Amino acid sequence: MGSRPRYAHRDISGTTIFDGVQAQKGYALNKMCYSFNAAENRAAFVADEEAYCRKYGLNAAQRKAIKDRDVLGLIAAGGNVYYLAKFAGIFGLGVQDLGAAQTGMSVEAFKQKLLDAAN
Amino acid sequence: MAKIIGAVTTSHVPAIGNAIAKGLQNDPYWRPFFKGWDGVHVWLEKTKPDVAVVVYNDHGLQFFLDKLPTFAVGAAPEYRNADEGWGLPTLPPYRGNTDLSWHMIESLVADEFDITTCQEMAVDHAFTLPLKLMWPNAEACPVMTVPVAVNTVQHPLPTPLRCYKFGRALGRAIESYDKDLKVVVLGTGGLSHQLDGPRAGFINKAFDAMCMEKLVGDPEALTRYSIDDLVEQAGTQGVEVINWLTARAALGGRVSEVHRNYHIPISNTASGIMVLANAA
Repeated sequence: MGSRPRYAHRDISGTTIFDGVQAQKGYALNKMCYSFNAAENRAAFVADEEAYCRKYGLNAAQRKAIKDRDVLGLIAAGGNVYYLAKFAGIFGLGVQDLGAAQTGMSVEAFKQKLLDAAN
Repeated sequence: MAKIIGAVTTSHVPAIGNAIAKGLQNDPYWRPFFKGWDGVHVWLEKTKPDVAVVVYNDHGLQFFLDKLPTFAVGAAPEYRNADEGWGLPTLPPYRGNTDLSWHMIESLVADEFDITTCQEMAVDHAFTLPLKLMWPNAEACPVMTVPVAVNTVQHPLPTPLRCYKFGRALGRAIESYDKDLKVVVLGTGGLSHQLDGPRAGFINKAFDAMCMEKLVGDPEALTRYSIDDLVEQAGTQGVEVINWLTARAALGGRVSEVHRNYHIPISNTASGIMVLANAA
């Protein structure tokens, strides 16, 4: 067997299912983001991002994606969007900002796309 | 004996908490959603439940990926809301009912659902916001609560069929409790939405309409979907509709639809609200 789980998921365009493969890959990253529930941890991250990432043992790809605020990179590195939302919260960003960043749209255009889904 | 009077199902988007904190209920963007609660309030005023059993999913407040239960049931005297990372004001604590909780736990395990029991349990927006929306003017939530958390975060998730069976077992657990309590079951989350990946912003109005329709008269039809089907049709976070199915299944056979509201969008989400009354 290769690295794919025995129960592989359906291939759905533009979608990464957060399964055991992703959960293992992203464990350190998600654990760091989970710590951002606490305001003092958010402050510690802001004070020294590099040191905070090191403390949680992020790998190079994860550290780079954090540094670049690269949402798709964070997903590819095993990030789960519920935990990443806590990372985004540090910068006052919400899920519509994340959506815009991942689709390459402006936030206004992304919001319009959602409004258009009503029709 | 305890009696399930019905179910309330609703979306639970965190942005609702922000809108409440800022008093945006009559803002043009938010008004169609908040107005959608009027019918729920009329029903609650008439039925006056004593207990809310809340089927929801935790988003990384109580549970992390170190230990993640598929189904978890609260057994605490009190449940507290806490900062989820966004610094929003927290809501007052929720009263539990440990006697009812332990009765449900005994019944569920005897019924072959080996749930995780939680004597301490922090509750996030998926639990708190629906209760706040149901009783917007109460300082603290006026009913006792039992949280029932379903894993929708890390796959494998429980299948819709498993959730349906779990909901049936929840219904038996509640209605075998020997105290005279009126119980409302909540199912929170959904409807279609996707937060992650290049497909972020995905919404499927037709699928949502079908789900709401089937939920009333033919919930078993929804058990024929796989989790992958739901991800494809409703989005990665749209799978939360399994919480609706669980709540609906607790009601048993025939129900009557009391209220329905559907609105696109709130934040990234197609919002749905339903009230289903149990057949007498």
